[in-house]
Amino acid sequence: MTGRPLLAAENLVKHYKARDGGGLARAVDGVSLTLRKGETLGIVGESGCGKSTLARLVLRLIEPTSGRVLLDGEDIRALKPGVLRKRRRDMQIVFQDPFASLDPRMSVARIIAEPLDIHGVGSPQERQRKVEDLLLMVGLDRSALGRYPHEFSGGQRQRIGIARAIALEPKLLVLDEPVSALDVSIQSQILNLLIDLKSRLDLSYIFISHDLSVVEHVSDRVLVMYLGRIVEEGTATQVLRQPRHPYTEALVSAVPGAKKGPRIVLKGDPPSPEAVPAGCRFHPRCPKVMEICRHTSPLSVAVGGSARVECHLYGPEAQVG
Amino acid sequence: MMDTKPALLSVRGLSIGFATEEGPIRVVEDVSFAVAAGETMGLVGESGCGKSVTAQTIMRLLPSPPSRIEAGSITFDGQDLAQADEPAMRKIRGDKIAMIFQEPMTSLNPTMTIGEQIGEALLLHRGLKARDAKPKVLDMLIQVGIGRPEKRYAQYPHELSGGLRQRVMIAMALICGPKLLIADEPTTALDVTIQAQILELMKALQRESQIATLLITHDLGVVEEMCDHVVVMYAGRIAEKAAAKELFAHARHPYTAGLLAAAPRNAKRGQTLVTIPGTVPPPGKRGQGCSFAERCVRALPRCRQDVPPLTGDSHLAACWNPVP
Repeated sequence: MTGRPLLAAENLVKHYKARDGGGLARAVDGVSLTLRKGETLGIVGESGCGKSTLARLVLRLIEPTSGRVLLDGEDIRALKPGVLRKRRRDMQIVFQDPFASLDPRMSVARIIAEPLDIHGVGSPQERQRKVEDLLLMVGLDRSALGRYPHEFSGGQRQRIGIARAIALEPKLLVLDEPVSALDVSIQSQILNLLIDLKSRLDLSYIFISHDLSVVEHVSDRVLVMYLGRIVEEGTATQVLRQPRHPYTEALVSAVPGAKKGPRIVLKGDPPSPEAVPAGCRFHPRCPKVMEICRHTSPLSVAVGGSARVECHLYGPEAQVG
Repeated sequence: MMDTKPALLSVRGLSIGFATEEGPIRVVEDVSFAVAAGETMGLVGESGCGKSVTAQTIMRLLPSPPSRIEAGSITFDGQDLAQADEPAMRKIRGDKIAMIFQEPMTSLNPTMTIGEQIGEALLLHRGLKARDAKPKVLDMLIQVGIGRPEKRYAQYPHELSGGLRQRVMIAMALICGPKLLIADEPTTALDVTIQAQILELMKALQRESQIATLLITHDLGVVEEMCDHVVVMYAGRIAEKAAAKELFAHARHPYTAGLLAAAPRNAKRGQTLVTIPGTVPPPGKRGQGCSFAERCVRALPRCRQDVPPLTGDSHLAACWNPVP
């Protein structure tokens, strides 16, 4: 808890031109977060909530409309290109689809060596040793070196993607739906690998997933996103076991399985980021909607410990009555 | 047998092969199960286990060649679909048996309006004129929870969200009042709150219509919530077959037990998850004996030699050394 966080995002905004040309698509609309060293921060939310855009902003793969990202206290937006390139070694990403994110024409040895080559790490011999070490670290062996991605199963390809991501010894790994394309029996192998690597390599994770049980398993803290904003945050247990925001409540109760109680079924689909509702952006689908929600945006309020909720039910107005 | 009600669909000893460049391979081997009216049977397993091939063979949707029914029967409503020719199947598909798929966008016709697509089966199977089909289609849209049906009737698939498209698929499937619905991963492509809407809709529709459902999924949570009985498939064979409650309370096959234990929802936070080592052997490389033996913590020498038969009273497992 002491010292500055490894990563801090301050009021990040990413607006795109809407497809019809007229308005704005508010993909990320004012998000602040901190990631402490050694922590896993889970981000959950449904399609279009902005979680993947947020990940790309944090890594500065795309430029924010406004807001700052501090890595080790340094504003990565203010970095000169040469310095930024060096800092990129500290932050890497693993994508959902290991089929799409590995170049089919490159051998596994070249795929994993590429970041080392680009950043000129060590001598060619040292790099080759390093590639072999990385393969072992992710549970593959030397026989994989000369083979090509199509020769591997989904789980093995994800191991290759992870080996590439950790090649430069980053401090931060953004995992964007890393196990969503995998079968259950393979999913657990990869989750175990990620948990193991984190402690062995002193990593910190931002773990993005739509699967609440996966996020709960790996995360220390969890953020819930809806239409470009964080509507609830707290420890994994707080958020996913005792959800406070009506959206989180619905999300948790929607998980299929044996009944734990009556299910909250939300009406309709999430609105488009091109047409964000006035007031609380969740109000048209909220089962607990109040008059104030229709016209006034709720503020994020602390609700004990590090937990925060952006909902009028917990705002100062609610406590008056 | 576990089936107390008369079976509407009864699959017996079904084996399916494919012709490949490397010669013929078996992808489904000796699969038997039955589904009664009003019941939901889950067909679960991981990629490549043969669950979708089984479902598509019941509908006779796989081109032959390369696919071939090598043994067994598929009795539906007194008729053996394994022996049925294409004209006979065309009469059944979309009428008595309907199917919904994982990705509605690829199974809807992008050039037809929603209304025309849903009504098509009525024109084909009931000989209705388009104008007579329309009120039935509008009713159906309301039944599947689509608001403003007049507006939706005239829209095209790309104008709808994923959840609405899946509702349209369900409307298309149910328009002729089928006796059997085959749902192949119907909610896998949907967000969790939309998935919840569709699962609730499927349950409500089944309560009203007594339709029999064969639900193909990889998601054990969906099975637990929706199914009366479950068939677990592994490498083309049935590993375990039981009432859903029994299966979740006490899995007998080590593969099922492993799958249940591997799910993070059944684990302590941050602890090492139970894994099933290795990967599913591809068809043609399944060796002799039990296909799961190489990955199984309970394997005995015998498991690598003889294929275990599916045994048990109402709770069946194909295992020489089942979980006690």
